[in-house]
Amino acid sequence: MADEALFLLLHNEMVSGVYKSAEQGEVENGRCITKLENMGFRVGQGLIERFTKDTARFKDELDIMKFICKDFWTTVFKKQIDNLRTNHQGIYVLQDNKFRLLTQMSAGKQYLEHASKYLAFTCGLIRGGLSNLGIKSIVTAEVSSMPA
Amino acid sequence: MSRQANRGTESKKMSSELFTLTYGALVTQLCKDYENDEDVNKQLDKMGYNIGVRLIEDFLARSNVGRCHDFLETADVIAKVAFKMYLGITPSITNWSPAGDEFSLILENNPLVDFVELPDNHSSLIYSNLLCGVLRGALEMIRKPRCTADT
Repeated sequence: MADEALFLLLHNEMVSGVYKSAEQGEVENGRCITKLENMGFRVGQGLIERFTKDTARFKDELDIMKFICKDFWTTVFKKQIDNLRTNHQGIYVLQDNKFRLLTQMSAGKQYLEHASKYLAFTCGLIRGGLSNLGIKSIVTAEVSSMPA
Repeated sequence: MSRQANRGTESKKMSSELFTLTYGALVTQLCKDYENDEDVNKQLDKMGYNIGVRLIEDFLARSNVGRCHDFLETADVIAKVAFKMYLGITPSITNWSPAGDEFSLILENNPLVDFVELPDNHSSLIYSNLLCGVLRGALEMIRKPRCTADT
């Protein structure tokens, strides 16, 4: 029964730890984001396995995406995705207007350029989950204004 | 009604698994970045310390424990209230030193080590060192400066 605050704090520490251990230069930024995303990938794989142990087989891709938006997101962030859009050709846009990991940080445009660091882990989480459900994917994140 | 209750405990279990898995990924990454276990231990302790200084505020805000009058009470509160609130377990307090300023917390089923096996070449790695750092950070914030943590 780990509390939400614990996970939030651990996540923030992870991000700053990874960045501290790679002090120099612009090129490191990409490498750090990759590291965080890979961590999220492994966690996502494990989590989706535990989570879908007892659920029925998914009918199609859209079903899987709906599962991610509702159940998976609720487990991880205690709320559902606010908006899911698709072009029915393999691109899905999930919109969360109050992203849990960013709400405690800022509200507005001031720290927008740092937001991507905190999203890398979650992108990996989704990519890991999808890969274990049989979907190869690329997940990118965009923040228009904290905490959305 | 019973179905909803089931969902509740299930989702709580899942979020603790999220924490466990994330911690595992973190330790794995640290082991890859730093070659020797001592550095990893130090890094975990530092991270735990940073988490602890923030966690104590969250803890004090949520629980309504008043001031602890002595170290014995502090130990009690840590084991029975704090651990229960954040990790869902109640460690046992043993091994009080004769001077009354040291004790051991024994965690029977540590949720951080679910699904974890340590390979042989990392025998000096203290896996749960984060917890030590958290306790150190939290207690230092409420002014118990001469406090060291050990596993």
